[in-house]
Amino acid sequence: MTKKYPGTYLKRDEMYSLPGLVRYKPTAKYSFSAGIAQTKFLEGLKKGKIIGVKCPSCGRVYVPPRAFCEYCHVPMNEYVELPGTGEIHTAVISYISTFRQRMDKPEIVGVVKLDAPGYTKESYEFAGLFHRFCGITEEDVISGKAIGMRVKPRWKPENERTGSVTDIECFEPVES
Amino acid sequence: MRSNIHVKDKVAIVGAGITLFRRRLLETPRELAWEAAKMALDNAGLTLKDIDCVVIGTAPDAFDGIHLNGEYLADGSGGFSKPTVRVYVGGGTGVMVPIAAWWHVASGHCKTVLAVAEEKMSPAHPHPQGVFAYIWDPILERPLGPNLIWIFAMEMRRYMHKCDAKKEDIALVSVKNKRNALDNPVAQAAANITVEDVLSSELLVWPVNRLDISPVSDGAAALVLASENMARRVTDSPVWVEGIGFTLDNTHWYNRELGFPRYVNYAARLAYKMAGIERPWKEIDVAEPYDPFDYKELHHIEGLMLARPCEAPRLLKEGWFNRSGELPTSPSGGLLGVGNPIAAAGLMKVAELFWQLRYEAGARQVKKPVHRGVAQAWGDLMQAGTVIVLGN
Ligand SMILES: [Zn+2]
Repeated sequence: MTKKYPGTYLKRDEMYSLPGLVRYKPTAKYSFSAGIAQTKFLEGLKKGKIIGVKCPSCGRVYVPPRAFCEYCHVPMNEYVELPGTGEIHTAVISYISTFRQRMDKPEIVGVVKLDAPGYTKESYEFAGLFHRFCGITEEDVISGKAIGMRVKPRWKPENERTGSVTDIECFEPVES
Repeated sequence: MRSNIHVKDKVAIVGAGITLFRRRLLETPRELAWEAAKMALDNAGLTLKDIDCVVIGTAPDAFDGIHLNGEYLADGSGGFSKPTVRVYVGGGTGVMVPIAAWWHVASGHCKTVLAVAEEKMSPAHPHPQGVFAYIWDPILERPLGPNLIWIFAMEMRRYMHKCDAKKEDIALVSVKNKRNALDNPVAQAAANITVEDVLSSELLVWPVNRLDISPVSDGAAALVLASENMARRVTDSPVWVEGIGFTLDNTHWYNRELGFPRYVNYAARLAYKMAGIERPWKEIDVAEPYDPFDYKELHHIEGLMLARPCEAPRLLKEGWFNRSGELPTSPSGGLLGVGNPIAAAGLMKVAELFWQLRYEAGARQVKKPVHRGVAQAWGDLMQAGTVIVLGN
């Protein structure tokens, strides 16, 4: 292939000085309903409880709850309270915000595999949540000590809870 | 083809085209689509009159900043007044485009299909990472203020834990692919770098540094696919589509083991079954696994069963995946080296197999003789797997 390839590269300055360059910022705004199953979950958070839902057919307990079992394709209505404890499946240290600004203080986030019936230890899938971690250090994440660590939710004070995933401040080690 | 499904026509790729991949290109998305489409047609020795149907791929509209981007791209892609469809499975789109083109021809509906993928990420301002904010679940994820890189970092961290892999083992993918890209005339991020360069580049979300990640890009790629009769008429060296597979997992990515990509494995099994491949690690000669992040290439090599789970880092270190190795991966330079205009990057991988299987890859041609290759892309929230097996 010795041919010339199409495409005209622009340096940053060249792009921003192009004739006719249009700048546009969308102003769309949204309000999302949480739906049938997740509303139960959010109501539970407000009361300081982790709520899952059990499939009548396969017995899996789903967190976050959904209205139907994706495996069995049957409706799920049996909501159950879980202890909220679990273990860290993965954890990372973020130095950047959503829009890629450097953060003043790095944040540790990851996945919690919750204690829930309906799964074996070897199951590929599990009940779990994506959240922040506190009470563990950057070194715990890097060394791998954090993975498998037992954790529980640290709740916001009751009068500050709004029925949001942020009613849990973070997951923290069980022993602390 | 030892297919388990009924097809009206065997399908071949008979032409390919590609634009430069760059951080910013002057051309509009439809101009880029046109350039790639025209080059693919010229390469096949055909004109638009010879094309029955058009398949277009482009990732979220939010990057190009144009709603209904498929319709917008239709004329540039040659779809004017023809049966034209856009397919979309996030980052998996680039390989979904030739998969969809395959079923257009295999079903007997079209004899020739122009398959075009385009992405222009430079309009998103000040950085396309902001656009990714809207892929997260609005109720359970967005309130935590995630950045897209978080999810990759989480998967990479889990993979490192499960496989006892170190950051320096994984950085070797970036070193290999950027080096391979030095021989690719359209590449944006070709470089001779060391593992140390990767480890000392800007730390974004531990364990991910900047050079673990492919760049932001503009670009387009295109293929011409044809039925067996048509293909034999236009070329002496058609490249056959021997197998395709695509599957989708749910959006609850935090409800599953992140150390192994089930979403890729299921798609690979479908594609291999169609191609009559039982031992992919022996029967595949060259591979283009999707590598938007360096660990992803290893993760996907294992999902594609080109190595056993957790075996890829060791094989990489031994040179197994080099161009001169037993099973070269990303000889194109991959997304890490060539660039990542999302849908176009996936299609670039299929185009690279086309060139490799026709021995037209020039300085990028792998050392060993090649009969069969596999290309793969992944997309959405650790969900979509798209796999295609080609043979000569
Ligand atoms: Zn069930």
